[in-house]
Order: sequence, then structure tokens, then C-alpha cells
Amino acid sequence: MQISGAQMVIEALIAEEVEVVFGYPGGAIMNVYDEIYKQRSFQHILTRHEQAAVHAAEGYAKATGKVGVAMITSGPGFTNGVTGMADAYMDSIPLVVISGQVPMSLIGTDAFQEIDAVGISRPCTKHNYLVTDAADLPRVLKEAFYIARTGRPGPVHVDIPKDVTAQIATFDYSKEVELETYKPTTKGNARQIKKAIEAIASAKRPLLYLGGGIINANAAELVREFSKMTQIPAVETFMARGTLRYDDPLLISMLGMHGSYAANMAMSETDLVIGLGARFDDRVTGKLSEFAKNAQIIHVDIDPASVSKLVHAHFPIVGDVKNVLEQMIPLAKEQIDPARYASWHNTIANFNKLHPLSYTEEGDRLKPQWVVERIGQLLGDDANISTDVGQHQMWTAQFYPFTRPRQWVSSGGLGTMGFGFPAAMGVKRADMERVSINITGDGSILMNIQELMTAVEYELPVINVILNNNFLGMVRQWQTLFYDKRHSSTDLSIQPDFVKLVEAFGGVGYRVTTKEEFDAALKDAVEKNVVAIIDVVVNRFENVLPMVPAGGSLFNMMLEYKEK
Amino acid sequence: MMEQTERRVISVIVMNEASVLSRIAGLFSGRGYNIESLTVAPIPESKYSRITIVTAGSVRVVEQITKQLHKLIPVLKVYEHADLVETEMALVKIPMSESLGDIEALTHAYNGRIVNVGSDTMIVMVADEPMRVNHFLEAIKRFHPKEIVRSGSVALER
Ligand SMILES: Cc1ncc(C[n+]2csc(CCOP(=O)(O)OP(=O)(O)O)c2C)c(N)n1
Repeated sequence: MQISGAQMVIEALIAEEVEVVFGYPGGAIMNVYDEIYKQRSFQHILTRHEQAAVHAAEGYAKATGKVGVAMITSGPGFTNGVTGMADAYMDSIPLVVISGQVPMSLIGTDAFQEIDAVGISRPCTKHNYLVTDAADLPRVLKEAFYIARTGRPGPVHVDIPKDVTAQIATFDYSKEVELETYKPTTKGNARQIKKAIEAIASAKRPLLYLGGGIINANAAELVREFSKMTQIPAVETFMARGTLRYDDPLLISMLGMHGSYAANMAMSETDLVIGLGARFDDRVTGKLSEFAKNAQIIHVDIDPASVSKLVHAHFPIVGDVKNVLEQMIPLAKEQIDPARYASWHNTIANFNKLHPLSYTEEGDRLKPQWVVERIGQLLGDDANISTDVGQHQMWTAQFYPFTRPRQWVSSGGLGTMGFGFPAAMGVKRADMERVSINITGDGSILMNIQELMTAVEYELPVINVILNNNFLGMVRQWQTLFYDKRHSSTDLSIQPDFVKLVEAFGGVGYRVTTKEEFDAALKDAVEKNVVAIIDVVVNRFENVLPMVPAGGSLFNMMLEYKEK
Repeated sequence: MMEQTERRVISVIVMNEASVLSRIAGLFSGRGYNIESLTVAPIPESKYSRITIVTAGSVRVVEQITKQLHKLIPVLKVYEHADLVETEMALVKIPMSESLGDIEALTHAYNGRIVNVGSDTMIVMVADEPMRVNHFLEAIKRFHPKEIVRSGSVALER
């Protein structure tokens, strides 16, 4: 088939069964947009900012497990998209980002809207391409999708000069991907697995340390099976929320900087860490030399560079968590005696009793934690939950009753304010049956507020719940604790009228100050099925607790802090 | 606790394709690893190039470097040598006013020779182990070299 480069992009997207592309046009990518206009195979959603296009694609990818696709133009379009790519890279989200570039003849001349896109995206993508000949496009696009979704998933960037999108060449998408130098290990080494099972069978206080890689690998079902069968208690990372049901008796809670007392103590007392798809992030481990000090470590990860990167693994296993669990389960059935860990369960039950995750009500003032819990009580499994970045994000990770993988979408590795709303649009597009809630802060929501227009236009009724504390709350918390309450540039007392603001875009707004008002607003927004902002006035000085100060030891948690 | 840093030589076999060198160099700079020298050339009659990188780091750092290098899509193989033959070349420009005989004797001792003689200056070349090249450059100082250029190491496992 002899077609133009622009047509090739469309044909490739069709062949990859892409059903939605998030994007924003411009000069360099116009040939491709012209072809988008002509086709009826996939939907194109025009966001109002390129960063949002990439985040929306991330949300879609997170909710479905498929590759998300974003399309942007050269120069400023591209640079606006970079934050999204970096975010996807840090959280291993499969993404293909296609950008326009100035024509080949102008590359390197500082032409209008030229930027060295592949130079910029290199450190924040899994791989990237500058396509200099349309004849390469079928292979490049095929490789891009393949690389994005295999191994440790990640974003792949394809930069296409304008004249290449006009160039006619042969399109043949049937060839298999052949990358001699890229062959991810997917099966675990049988000998290592055998040794790991033996270690588990002889451990007294083993602990499952569940990471986001489990969600990426669609391995949550197997984790549930494995933990039930072995009766080994589990802690989840922030990224892994939803792997086990919130009410699973074996799930202790989230661990790390804002993890629960019980989860962090269990990690400090365990004699065998079974790390599955977790990368021992510094927000999780705290002070490395004190992390799981008395434990041996089993580390299962698809990325060889993650294994033993920060914490030495006694049993390193490189492979896809799903495959490795499939290999482990039959051995575990034979060798592991679930009755063995009874006293370990008692120890953990005591930790839980000593300092459960909790908060104190104070008169009529709404507590942000209450709001999160309440959304969980009212919607539970019927909602998909996204967040922005800050205190509200941590409270959501702590208090929302997650019941399934992919219910939870948040920016972990990069911690990107402005992620939540566009991601929630992507989630909504992926799962129209469920309510898509973005729990956000008064700081974060303003970072991509223009997406109200996209959500209204494309009928993606995301409900933004602002936990409004008139502060950049998380930074204020650090200023309070570590900078003697010097609240430098974090006071957000001056605010827009969020109700009027959302109304101006054609959505519905609520400002609530009491529990009854909150219940009524959420119910109304869900029933009306509209784009909404619920601006919740919460206690200004609430802190996220427990807290392990950065670089501190997990077992030295700050459990209480009162301030007015 | 400071981990011991050592000089390391890493060889990387990569596909010959655009921007592969910047991927490798970018990986080093982006992660704060130091490159002491880097040489690259195509492997004859193949679609690969061999890159030789001299760096310094602890065992742990070098292990991360090799793993991260291996993650790059166009990278075929990464060798971190223990037992290898390593050679480096240097060219030195010396004023003609210096003693030709003494210079010739010195360069000979380091596997070298005079490669060019002009009206004002001559150029000598040595090719030897990097440490010996250091010694040569130390010794040649007394002939007042005007310019010195080193090639960076190439290495092969024994
Ligand atoms: C793009 C970006 N800029 C700055 C930060 C640093 N930062 C982390 S949390 C935070 C405060 C967030 O405030 P808000 O959205 O109001 O949420 P809250 O903490 O009050 O719940 C800031 C500024 C960031 N994570 N992302």
C-alpha cells in the first residue's frame, strides 16, 4: 500500500486497535490531523493543553492496561507534553506520544517552533525516535507500541518531521517486531524461585511487599491467590493500592513515609521481605541502612536494573511478576505451611490495635480524611479514584476503601500536580460505567483547570472534589514541621470562586461546609452525571500522619502533631 | 561509609543507529556518573559499533551503570572488563628546536615514533597502556610540548 506518512500514522493506530487519541494540533502535525479528520475508527479528544493530553492518555492506560496515545505538535506543543512523558516514565505507564517536527530541511536551523524533541525526551522516555523517512514509519510505530507495553512498560516518543508526514511510501504493518537488542526476561529463574520458596517456608515473619508492578502486570489476582494460600501478611506501596481488597484480613495497609504504624513496624520486624513489582523507593524505605534490617530479601521485578538497586536482594528474581507467581504458586502449595505464621499475625494485630490509621473529629469542621472515607462509603467500588499531588493524595491512599486493581490512579514517581483531573478524564473515557472522581487540592486543581472545557465538550463527567485548605497543604506541612512554621508562599487564601468557575465552563459547582452538604452535593453530581467541582471547605491545619521524616527510619514515625 | 571507587573500563556493543552515542552519554550525565574517556567506532563488517568507556565508581555504581546501559534499546552487549588489554594513543607536537635524537629515543621506549616533521614543529605518536602513556607525557614535558592530544582507551578482553 503506497500512502503518505500521515496516513501511515492513522493506519498504525487502527492496526493497534487504538480507540481514543488525546491531542492538540499545530503546524508541524497538521498533515496527521487532516487524516484524523477523515477517519472514523477512533475518537480524537481535543484537550486544552498538551500536558493534559498526555496525562489523559496516562489515565486511560492505567485504567485499561492498554497503551495510551497522545498527539502533539512541535516546539511549545512538545515541551508542554514533556511533563506527562516524565510522569509516565516514572510510573511505568505504557504510552505512545507522537509529535510533529519541523521539516527535515529546517531541522537544526532554529526554525519557527523547532526544538530538539528527541534530545529532550530521551531521559524521560523508555525509548524515542526521530523518523527521517516515511518508509521507516510502519516499523517505528510498531516498535513503539511493542516497546511501550512489553518488559517494564513506559512511554515511547515518536517525532515526525512535517515533510515525512507528506512523503509517500509503502505501508506494510504485517511484519513482526524484530529487535535483536531488546528481549525482556519474562520468566523467573527456576532455581532462584525454588530457593525463594524454601526461604519463605522456613521464615517466621515473612511479609509481602506489594508494588505497582503487580498492577502493571495484571498480577493482582495471583497475588490474592498466593497470599490467601500462604496466609502471609502484606503491605502495599502507594502505587499498589487495590492489589488486595481494603478489607482483606491479610492486608496491613500502605507503608512508607505516610504509611500506617502497623505496616511500617511489620516491615521493620519481618525476617523475610517478599518484594513483588516494588522498587524500594526512598519514600518507602526511609533510611536505607535501617530498612528491614533483620530480613532477607526476595526481589521480583521485570527490570533487572531495579533489582538490588538500593537494597541488596538475597534472592533476586528478574521476570514478569505474573509469570513468576505462576511459577511460585504450585511450589508454595507443597512447601508452605500457612499455620506457621500464627504468632506473626498476633504481632501485627497488636501493631494495628496500638496505632490504627485514624483522625479526630473536631466539632463541625470537615476533616479531609472524613471526606475521603465518605466518598468510599457512598460510592466504594462504583468509583474510580484519581488524585493530584499533596496531602489530599496521601489521605486518599490511606483512607479510600480500594477493592480492585486499576481503581486507583495517581502520580507516584514524579508527583505531578495537575495530573489528577486530566487523568480522571482518561479514566472516565476508559470506564464510562463507573463514576470518575478526582480528589484534589486547591493548589493542584488550578494547574490543569482548563480541562473543564474538554470534559464538558466530550461529556466526560469527572467529579473534582477539592479538599480546600487554602494552602499548598503538603508544603505547608513540611514548613510547619521543618521550617519553624515559616509558611513561605504556601498560603492560598486568595482564591477563585470555584462554583462560578466551573459554571462558566458549563459544569456544575457546589461549595460545602458540612457533612450533610457534602453528601447532598456528591449525590446530586453523581445523579446528574455532569462535570462537577465540589469545593469542600476543610480544616486548614490538618497534617498527614503518621509521617516518617525524609531519610528517617521507618520505625520512627511521627504519630501525632497538633497545631492551630 | 564511603565505598571504594575504582577505575573501570566498560565496553558496549550497540546497533549503528542515529543518536545511540547521545543515549549513552546522556545516561552517564543524567545519573551523575563520570566519564573519563569514551571512544567509539564501527565494528568492521557488522551493523554494530563498539564503545569503550573509562569511568570510575564503586562496585555498586558500576553494576548500576552496566544494568542501565543494558536497558537502552539499541544496546546489544555490555562487558565490564576485569582482564583486558587496554591501549591508548597520544599525539604530541614539539618545537623543532628540541633535540630530535633524545625525542626519538623516548618515543621508541613507549611504542611510538615520529610521525611528522615540519619546519617549526614535529609530531610524535605513542600507543601504549594508558598508565604508560601517562608516564610518557610526564617525560616528554622537558621537550616543551606545544600541544598534546589523547585518544581515550580501546580495550579487548583477553
Ligand atoms: C508541578 C508541581 N509543582 C510543585 C510541586 C510541589 N508540591 C508538592 S505538594 C504541593 C502542594 C499541593 O497543594 P494542594 O494541591 O492544595 O494540595 P494539598 O497538599 O493542600 O492537599 C506542592 C506545591 C509538585 N508536586 N508538582
